Amino acid sequence: MKRLSSPIELEELRQSIVKSRDPKKTIVSICGGTGCTALGSGEVIKAFREELIKRDLADKIEVKVSGCRGFCQHGALVTIEPQSIFYQRVRTKDVIEIIESTLLKGQTVDRLLYHDPTVTGQFVHEEEVPFYAKQKRLILANSSKIDPKRIEDYIFFGGYGALAKALYNMKPDSIIEEIKASGLRGRGGGGFPTGRKWESTRKAQGDLKYVICNCDEGDPGAFMDRSLMEGNPHSVLEGMIIGAFAIGAQEGYIYVRHEYPLAVENATIALQQAEENGLLGDNILGSGFNFRVKVSRGGGAFVCGESTALMASLEGKVGEPRAKYIHTSDSGLWGRPSNLNNVETWANVPIIINNGAKWFSGIGTADSKGTKIFSLVGKVRNTGLVEVPMGITLREIIFDIGGGIQGNRKFKAVQTGGPSGGCIPEKLLDLPVDFDELTRVGSMMGSGAMIVTDEKNCMVDIAKYYIGFLKGELCGKCLPCREGVKRMNEILTRITEGNGKMEDIDLLEQIAATLTETSLCGLGQSAPNPVVSTLVHFRDEYEAHIKEKRCPAKVCKALITYNISEKCLNCGLCVKACPQGAITPVEKKKPVVLDQSKCIKCGSCLDACKLQMVEVK
Amino acid sequence: MKLTGKQIKAKLEAIVKKYNNDSSMLVPILQDTQTEIGYLPKDAMIELHEMLNVPLTQVYSVATFFKAFNLIPRGRHQIFVCTGTACHVRGSERILETFERELNIKAGESDKDLNFTLGTVNCVGACALGPIVIIDGKYNGEMKIESVKPLIDKYRNTLETERGTQH
Repeated sequence: MKRLSSPIELEELRQSIVKSRDPKKTIVSICGGTGCTALGSGEVIKAFREELIKRDLADKIEVKVSGCRGFCQHGALVTIEPQSIFYQRVRTKDVIEIIESTLLKGQTVDRLLYHDPTVTGQFVHEEEVPFYAKQKRLILANSSKIDPKRIEDYIFFGGYGALAKALYNMKPDSIIEEIKASGLRGRGGGGFPTGRKWESTRKAQGDLKYVICNCDEGDPGAFMDRSLMEGNPHSVLEGMIIGAFAIGAQEGYIYVRHEYPLAVENATIALQQAEENGLLGDNILGSGFNFRVKVSRGGGAFVCGESTALMASLEGKVGEPRAKYIHTSDSGLWGRPSNLNNVETWANVPIIINNGAKWFSGIGTADSKGTKIFSLVGKVRNTGLVEVPMGITLREIIFDIGGGIQGNRKFKAVQTGGPSGGCIPEKLLDLPVDFDELTRVGSMMGSGAMIVTDEKNCMVDIAKYYIGFLKGELCGKCLPCREGVKRMNEILTRITEGNGKMEDIDLLEQIAATLTETSLCGLGQSAPNPVVSTLVHFRDEYEAHIKEKRCPAKVCKALITYNISEKCLNCGLCVKACPQGAITPVEKKKPVVLDQSKCIKCGSCLDACKLQMVEVK
Repeated sequence: MKLTGKQIKAKLEAIVKKYNNDSSMLVPILQDTQTEIGYLPKDAMIELHEMLNVPLTQVYSVATFFKAFNLIPRGRHQIFVCTGTACHVRGSERILETFERELNIKAGESDKDLNFTLGTVNCVGACALGPIVIIDGKYNGEMKIESVKPLIDKYRNTLETERGTQH
């Protein structure tokens, strides 16, 4: 492989790739992201390849593995190009039919097209599907079109053009000015202005500087960084190289969670290919700029998403944060100036350089520019990744894109910002989503997890869940967080078990205030948010648990009992399902009997019963 | 198969060499060690402390700080129930309890024959398919209580077959 030594050579390579591809060639593009893989896309890919070879069609029809497309619940997703026919929930048994009907005869397989329960008719093309129609996909735009393991695919769509522009037509200072003018803010959660961060690191004293990409996406329920790193790793890398050039950094790290094996793999391949092509390493594109990047796997600690903890972990130490009176831009990794940004932040950089700050800042709200990727999960009908312009309302995201609540149940709250965020109730659904608005209502943007809950979720349980999560993940270095989170967990457990007192609510609020004021790092400072926000918006649920010993959502085990309805006709399904042998049939066509002393409240009978004869009280 | 001290040492030497004896690479070195040996035995940690010239306390603290590391042997099949938020609101707790009941072990434990290790994971980023269970790296999405036993049985059967061929 010849290393590219000028922007002209990059453009020549791009044109030769374009020329080598027949735009009319039939391509079967299958999603190879983690969600689709879990739904069997690997087998679907294999089946297509084998069947096409068998039919002597392998030369005429290309099978392509694409990056994550975000509509994970409907995987495995398959697109037939150039017609852009969009098939969902494809399994191996559908492969022959797709080949025979669509590839050979040009007919669509209607049962595999997307049908929307709220709209009549079917959708042939991806962009028509309501889930995609309201999105604004800038960062995720190419994930569905490229094979993340092939740099040619990225270059085909103009990849590394922004890098060439930055190296040859811009100066480091003008790049920083451009990023500042774009209004880009950190997508990892804090929302700190990216250009200002770069400027500080550029101005810091030191011969050796680092840039770091934070892909330690520990926020449970968030997977946008996973998707991007898996689906379009070169876009992240291009952003990092531009950033390194602007900052004056020579070395970089991509820190990926070890729970994301495919992201580690694709990032590693991307580095190797970029280096082979002269886009990384010595004398990048012949500009004289040298920059190297390594991939580092995290060890599975939530706190390592915090910048100083992440850097400690990169140094081979325990991932504990430190006080930040000296910024990492002055003294970070190995005591040297270091600039850390999140995956999504880096991926925004080439887009800004290509289109200009003015264009970028035209998207979004006054102080939050561009788009944001959210992982829309929980009880929503269309689960997946959505990229929307800042300023869109929560209602549009959940109901228009997400299709509303599963099973037509009632919406209760949406939790944003992960363990550092809060729960937002229905009355605030028309809130425009941006950094400042979410903070104003006691939540935060965080990395972009959006967990939708319905009437069957208990908000005290949700608060307990997050506090329990943090109790397991906190590093234990500072006292307020170590002890405070533990005590909050004890109190919340007590309340969910029906042993709470009204004073417990005051105590929770006091501990919360102490944590926010005195914890060492962001983890502890924001830890009380899920509790405080549920106390504000769902205080009645806390009070029902404490005063009436009742869980309104019927979730908290200690406060519920399972009962058999008098109308039960003894079909026997629950008797078989009960792991404890607590249910016994007495007489034909007469209700079965549940022995409460044996019942462990596992819910097996409730799931097994087809006629809703199991009641939870 | 239990590795001898000599075999462990040879494996560690190869790993440390791959990272150019760089002590800052302690986390990936420990990750590779665990991949090779299956867990982090005490002897291996002592070896690494000597090879890398890193205090043993640091090796131990890193090995116990990060969730990815195990200091005791794990079962042949590793089951992880995702307890991330998206899976939690869709009932992952009940799925975990069902695994605990079926295997008669608690999360974090292995059965006495070392056939299964049961653990939890905070989120694997496949939230659309929750509740999700990962066995030996394979994802099983949209789990239900009644699908737990058949899934375990599938692995029990392969264990039986393996045992059969050994005799």
